[in-house]
Amino acid sequence: MSPTRADVCAAAIADAFADDGELFASPMGLLPMLGVRLCRLTQNPDLVISDGESLFLASPPPLFAKGDVVEGWIPFRRVFDVVAYGKRHVMMGATQIDRHGNQNISAIGDFARPKRQLLGSRGAPGNTVNNRTSYWVPNHSPRTFVEKVDVVSGVGPQRAKAAGRAASRYNDIHRIVTNLAVFDVRGPGDTLRLLSAHPGVTLDQVREASGCDLHVDGDGAIPQSRLPTAEELVLINEMLDPKGLRFKEVPE
Amino acid sequence: MTKGPRDKRLTIDQVVATLEDGITLGIGGWGPRRKPMALVRAILRSDLKDLTLVSWGGADVGLLVRAGKVKKLVYAFVSLDSVPLEPNFQKARQDGMIPEVVELDEGMFQTGLLAASQRLPFLPMRAGLGSDVLVNNPWLKTVTSPYDDGQELVAVPALELDVALVHMNRADKHGNATYLGPDPYFDDLFCMAAERAYVSCEQIVDTAGLTVEAPVQRLLLSRMMVDGVVETPNGAHFTTCTPDYERDEPFQRAYALAAGGSDEEWAAFEQRFLSGDEAAYQAAVLALHDEHRAEENQ
Repeated sequence: MSPTRADVCAAAIADAFADDGELFASPMGLLPMLGVRLCRLTQNPDLVISDGESLFLASPPPLFAKGDVVEGWIPFRRVFDVVAYGKRHVMMGATQIDRHGNQNISAIGDFARPKRQLLGSRGAPGNTVNNRTSYWVPNHSPRTFVEKVDVVSGVGPQRAKAAGRAASRYNDIHRIVTNLAVFDVRGPGDTLRLLSAHPGVTLDQVREASGCDLHVDGDGAIPQSRLPTAEELVLINEMLDPKGLRFKEVPE
Repeated sequence: MTKGPRDKRLTIDQVVATLEDGITLGIGGWGPRRKPMALVRAILRSDLKDLTLVSWGGADVGLLVRAGKVKKLVYAFVSLDSVPLEPNFQKARQDGMIPEVVELDEGMFQTGLLAASQRLPFLPMRAGLGSDVLVNNPWLKTVTSPYDDGQELVAVPALELDVALVHMNRADKHGNATYLGPDPYFDDLFCMAAERAYVSCEQIVDTAGLTVEAPVQRLLLSRMMVDGVVETPNGAHFTTCTPDYERDEPFQRAYALAAGGSDEEWAAFEQRFLSGDEAAYQAAVLALHDEHRAEENQ
């Protein structure tokens, strides 16, 4: 089994949750769900995971399968309680993300009369000022990585600081994992910083795929995202995603 | 003869007859889950207009904005889940068909309903700070903690409703009601935030029957929060009403296809499914299922 790009993404997502300790890992979308379950089975067995509906599951089932042992109840009203309580790390999608780590899932164009109406801001404003938030972008491109998002749904660190202590105190934009690379927002002035590029991806390719500046530490040599371990590959291929659903999001 | 609490049973049309142009209407459920769709369909058939709609939105929002019933929409998202973007809502927004929109964070919704249910003007929370929720809704205000911390928080205004419509699995004729699925959503808050609340349900049972299928903790609504009860079997269709039925995904696909298609395609969908009463709708749904089965058997 040689690792695919989707497997590298899953491992990078798992790494994002590795140091979280015992909190509610809340993945939105397929690869985040795969990565979180992988992390729960390997690096962080204390993670609290759900079926994405209303149940905490004692052990991670394959993608879209039901869990056999339930360890708690997490209907939407209690999700909001946990958001405010803070013991949660959500990985959301992002239709746009900007240089300052602001995220947009609301609308493209002018909010009053959008060119393209998206979901709406969902829980992004609350998530980003309450609990650790990461993003998953399966289609890294100049349209998704922009200088300035059209609507700020998820709040990046610079805007959180500008909004005062209540906004910045728990603002924690942790990782942005894409189909090409991994970022945080610890570049100068709270900007995107490239942490690693996936195997086979060059720095130039990441820059070309981005519509905004990216900070790179040091001499410009960027580390390669790690390959999944043999154990992780077995768990992904034989247990969590034997049908290869991940390739719909990140093709081979 | 002893007296009991009053009988609040109504028909769908009787519920809709109590509604007026311009009211603020809260619709329970969540996205494409346990929505009072039979009541929404009846509103579509009515002459009601200029509604302010408050909803964690699914096809309820899509249908009502496409029909031009909504003057103001208060939402945090509108989604059909398996079809992430609601095509009727998208079209209405992109074509400028909703005169006023208020996009909130989805947690602010709960806080706003809670404030209304407690008859408070607002409740403080962090959500919204730093985001464009405050930019696009400049009337939203912050409040400074009067204590030593002095934090500036969002003063989430009470989402006061004139009428709430919710759908439950079982109710008695007095308005006590229970959900049997995995999530209560916020239907109790909707009812308590409203001047009047109407509950549609899969089945009206004896009061004693409410705790036969479910533990007492699932009795979400007390009759004191409820003004009318209407039995609408399959009334949440095509949203989920677990465990009575799940979402009708083939129907939802047909809906989304028509809604995202040409005006003619949408008109044909409306003609086929939404031009008659609730019985006609349910018959048309069965006919579509028969068609799908016949296609599968070919």
